This record gives sequence, C-alpha cells and structure tokens, in this order.
Amino acid sequence: MSRLNLNSILSWVDSHIIDYPTAMNLNYNWSFGSSAGFCLVIQILSGAFLAMHYAGETHYAFSSVEHIMRDVKSGWLIRYMHANGASFFFIVVYAHIFRGLYYGSYMEPRQQLWWSGALIYVLMMATAFIGYVLPWGQMSFWGATVITSLFSIFPFIGKEVVMWLWGGFTVGNPTLNRFFSLHYLLPFIIAGLVFVHLGLLHKDGSNNPLGIKTKTANVNFYPYMYVKDLVAFFVLLSVLSVVIFYFPNSLGDPDNYLEADPYGTPAHIVPEWYFLPFYAILRVIPNKVGGILTMGGAIAIIFLYPLLNTSILRSANFRPIYAVVFWLFVADFCLLAWSGTTPVDDYFKVIGAVVSIGYFAFFVFGGLFVGWLEKTLAFRALSK
Amino acid sequence: MFSRAAMEAARVARSVPLRARVAAAASAAAGAAAVGGATVLCDDAVHTVEYDWPHSGFLQTFDHAAIRRGWQVYREVCSTCHSIKFVAFRNLIGVSHSEAEVKKIAAEFEVEDGPNDEGEMFERPAKPSDRIPGPYKNEASARAANNGAYPPDLSLVVKGRHLGHHYVMSLLTGYTEAPVGKDLLPGLHYNPYFPGTSISMPPPLMDGQVEYPDGTPATVSQMSKDVTTFLAWCAEPEMDERKRMGMKWCSAMFLGLALSMYYKRFRWSPLKTRKITYHDINR
Ligand code: HEC
Repeated sequence: MSRLNLNSILSWVDSHIIDYPTAMNLNYNWSFGSSAGFCLVIQILSGAFLAMHYAGETHYAFSSVEHIMRDVKSGWLIRYMHANGASFFFIVVYAHIFRGLYYGSYMEPRQQLWWSGALIYVLMMATAFIGYVLPWGQMSFWGATVITSLFSIFPFIGKEVVMWLWGGFTVGNPTLNRFFSLHYLLPFIIAGLVFVHLGLLHKDGSNNPLGIKTKTANVNFYPYMYVKDLVAFFVLLSVLSVVIFYFPNSLGDPDNYLEADPYGTPAHIVPEWYFLPFYAILRVIPNKVGGILTMGGAIAIIFLYPLLNTSILRSANFRPIYAVVFWLFVADFCLLAWSGTTPVDDYFKVIGAVVSIGYFAFFVFGGLFVGWLEKTLAFRALSK
Repeated sequence: MFSRAAMEAARVARSVPLRARVAAAASAAAGAAAVGGATVLCDDAVHTVEYDWPHSGFLQTFDHAAIRRGWQVYREVCSTCHSIKFVAFRNLIGVSHSEAEVKKIAAEFEVEDGPNDEGEMFERPAKPSDRIPGPYKNEASARAANNGAYPPDLSLVVKGRHLGHHYVMSLLTGYTEAPVGKDLLPGLHYNPYFPGTSISMPPPLMDGQVEYPDGTPATVSQMSKDVTTFLAWCAEPEMDERKRMGMKWCSAMFLGLALSMYYKRFRWSPLKTRKITYHDINR
C-alpha cells in the first residue's frame, strides 16, 4: 500500500478509505451510516432519471407521473425505487440516529459530528416533504397546504411569509415549480453536508460499542469494514427489492393516486410515515402556535442533546439505567408515530399527550438526570 | 406477451372460491343492512371484504381472460359514465386482445384531432395509439349528466382507495335495500361499503347485463370480479412484468447477500479466531 502514498490524491484515498483505521469491534449498527450514503446515491440517480420525464406544472404533473408509470420504459421501476427509496433512507437514518443515541456517539469529542448529522436529517425532512408534493396528488396538495401554513405563526408578517413561500394566494403552480427546483437542489446540499459529516467523523474516528478509544485494536477499513458495509448494502437492497417489486404502494397513501383537487379535502390528511412522530407532537397541543413551537422544540432538542449529557460513560452497554430509558424511548417513538395516524378524539389525545411528554422526557431526563444518577450510584458503590 | 395457455390456465374457474366469498359477503352486507341501526347511527361504512384474488400472490399474474371480460363490462356498462383516461388502446394489445382486435375496437371510438390544413379541428376514428376517450368532455358536463355527481376516472381507482380491488369488488356487489329508518336523498342509493353509505352511482350491474362470448354466465358477482380485475390492471398495468422482474432482482440480491456474507466470514475469520494469551515473562 505504501506506493499509494507517493501521490497526494491516492494517499488521501489510502488514508481515508483503504488503510483508514477502524476499531475492530464495530458491529453492524455501524453500517447504517454507509447505507444512508448509499440511499442518497440511489435517490439522486433515480431522481435524475425521473426529472427527465416529469413536468413541474400543475396541469401536467400528475399525468406526467402516470406517463412515467405507464409509457416510459421501466419508468415504474425508477419511480417505485425513488418513492420507496425515500422511506428506506429514513429507516436507515433513524436506525443510524438511534445507534448514536445508544452508544453515546453524540458525546465529547463528537458533538460537532452529531450536529452535522442532525442538520442532514432536517434537510432530508425538507427534501422529502417537498418531493412528496411533486406528484401533485391529493395528499401532495393538502400536505403542502397544511405544512406551509405553519409558517403563518410569525407575528404580523405570518400571512406574507406564507404567500411568499407559495408565490401566490394558494398552493399553486409557482409553488410546485419552486418545489421542483428545490427538490433537485437540496440533495446536493445534503451531499455536501455528508462530506462535512465524514470529515468530522475522521477527525476523531468512529465511536465503538465499548465507547473507548483504541490505538491497538484497529483494523484497516479495507477489507474489514468494507465487507461488513457490503453485507449491509445487500440487506438493504434485498428488502428494498421485495418492497419495490411486490409491495410498491404499501408505504404510500392511496389518496395520492387522486389528482390534486383544491376544492376537495381528503377525509384524513396524513403525512408520510417518517413524519408521523413530529406530526403527533404538532397535533397534541390544541393551540396552533403552541403546537408549532413544540414541534420545532422536538427537533431542536435533538441538536441540544450533546449539551444535556452528564454521563462520563459513552456506551449504554455499561449504563444499565440509560439502556432501559433508551429502549423506552424507542418504544415511545414508535407509539408517537402510531399516535400521528389516530383520529383526534379524547381517548387518543391523551395517549398522544403522554407519548409526546415521553419524547421530551427522554432527552431531558435521559440526558441530564440518568447520567448524574449512574455516576452517583457508581461512586457510592465504589466508596463502600 | 402472455401465451394462450397461460390465459387459458388462469381462466379455469379461479372464480369459484371468489364467488363463494361474494355470496358470503353479500349476506354479510344484507345482515349489516338488517341491523342497519348501528350502521346508520355512526353513518360510517361496513368494512371492505377482503377477497382471495387470483392475481395477488407473489407468483400470480392477472387473470387475463378476466381482463378481457372486464373490458367488455367496462365498455358496455361503466363507460357510459366513467373514463379511464390514462389507458391507451394499445395497452390492451397482448394483454387481453390481439392487435387486429384492438385496431377494430379503437376504430369504434371518435377522437378529436387537428388542426388540419384549413386550421379546423376534426373528428377521426381512434387509433391504437390514442388514449381511450371518456364519455364526457369535462367535469362540468359529467356533473350535468349525473345530477351533479361526478363519476370519477377509473384508471387509478384501484390504487386510489384503501384496499383497492377488494373495495371496488365490495362496492359493486354491495348494493342492497336501504335499512328501515335510513332516509336517502333523491338520486342517492344505499351501499354499505361506500363511505357514508349513500352513493350517487345507481347499481350499475344486473344479472345477464352483458353476454360473454366465452360462455361465462354473466352474474353480478362474475361481472364485478371481471371488471374489478380489469380496473386493477388499468391501475397497475406493469404488475405482471414487475413480479417477473422482481423474481430476477430479488434472486440476484439474495445471492449477492449470501456471497457477501461468505466473503465477510472469509475475511474476518483470522481475526475472529485469534487467541490472545498472557505470558508472564518473570516467571
Ligand atoms: C349512471 C352512471 C354510472 C355508471 C353506468 C357507472 N357508474 Fe360508477 N359512479 C357513478 C357516479 C355518479 C359515481 C360517484 C358516486 C359518488 O361519489 O357518490 C360513481 C362512482 C364510482 C366509483 C367510486 C366510488 C368511490 O369510492 O368514490 C367506482 C369504483 C365506480 N363508480 C365503479 C363503476 C363501475 C365498475 C361501473 C361499471 C360496472 C360503474 N361505476 C358504472 C356513475 C356511474
């Protein structure tokens, strides 16, 4: 390998990809990161091909998607890949984030790495939301109307802000047009941030299941981590293929196969599944401004989490209380997603409120209190 | 694309178990109507019946003979009110009809074309490459002809409803007498599967309404099954190809997975089988 180092580009490749040292004990949870990058590549490539046939104009958008589905050769394959690929991107990224939460990858010295990742996640949500508008189905239109209207909470200028976003008095052609443009732009910003994320990762190297830095138990990225990532890619591709070819619409809403109709609201306006937890938090507060601020807080607290940490141990493998709290949080997050699909009546509202509180409680309680508690108990045990 | 034999095989009375379930569903609907009080009070719909479609399995294709009969039902019954605007005549070729048949079918329709050399629009017989023209010029004329109700385009209805083909089948076979105490507005009909239970579509099918050239008895349930299969195909014309391609892709991915897992084991086994021992050199 040393000959590689004579050329500056090759030596960069060598030190960051080939001979890059990685802790030997990384488990498959560490493959979600590369899988997420792989998803981004799938989305950008399939998206570029879709854009060759799509028309970003309200009269043609819906039928141009049907044109892709029916007339373009393998168009259905590309579209199903893109639509389900988005869902899988979120599955992988959620797993990646939960991995970080469990093993303490947000802790010193990797706070900036966490923040860059959280930023990618926020941009992903924006991109996915905007992308969902493009087929111009009923859910596209009404989802766009509901979400853009959230910006009306700005005092005094709220209405102007929303109309500025729309480019008109309602969600319409200018909105669709700019959304198409942004949907093509944002993924490249995400890709740029991915490189920032990787740069920050390589500053301190990956965390590992023990949460201890090692200089001796390292292996080269190639071929050791490379083969594990390869296995993960094939797991992803296998499941994705089954969904694309056999259940291509199972993750979508039937209403989006009805063309957008500004005069007919669908019976239930539901976002895509990956937004449901936040949608649930939005709905749980009966006051509009309060709901929006709480939802914003739910995202902001992800950024704050490294600052809330009081633990001196990283990995939940050595943090029995935190491990329990973590798994409770996973369950809470799933319940929150489910709660986003329920009708807003008394009974479900109570559940929604409980799991929303649970969400915030994890970050505050799990960050500030559990770390302190574990430390205290451990020192007390040691001093005996 | 699909061989005669396959179409023949698919045709062989797959409909029997389905028909049995329709009968069961019909009596369930009647039962729901009988205890209509509950249905009316919440004014919601009866749950869609889930049928055992011959095309829903991993290895199953559409019943192409049913698509052919379903096209006939659509053409003779539904097309007086509903369009299927995303489907072109040519799409039928190799699916349910031969090219010669499709040319003949298309020629029965008139489409607007132009402008010609004089700058006028003109009507001409449709060609296989044309989209199938609908019964109305636009939504307003459709509403005008249907007491203000709009018969939706059916090309995506199977994808555009929860439980798609199950729902359409339930709807078409679900018409019954309105339960006592249920007041229907004039022009509305009682169908417990329709959200709200009052639908403006009159019961479209009656026993013996069409005459199938292949001798299949044209009962309401048979016609419903056929036209629903046709509409399912309209919504997902790529399904047969998709499943066949899926077999190849999924096999390739599973193979890739197996190989990469082997490769991973191969690369890691020296590390995994290492033994680290401690020797105290001072001893
Ligand atoms: C007399 C005109 C007419 C005929 C013939 C007709 N329909 Fe309809 N159909 C309507 C109208 C009107 C509606 C709208 C019902 C409503 O929204 O209340 C409708 C709605 C529907 C719906 C949508 C129900 C929903 O959930 O919104 C389906 C599916 C449907 N028809 C299928 C068919 C099929 C299949 C046939 C042929 C067997 C057929 N229709 C024949 C007038 C018709």
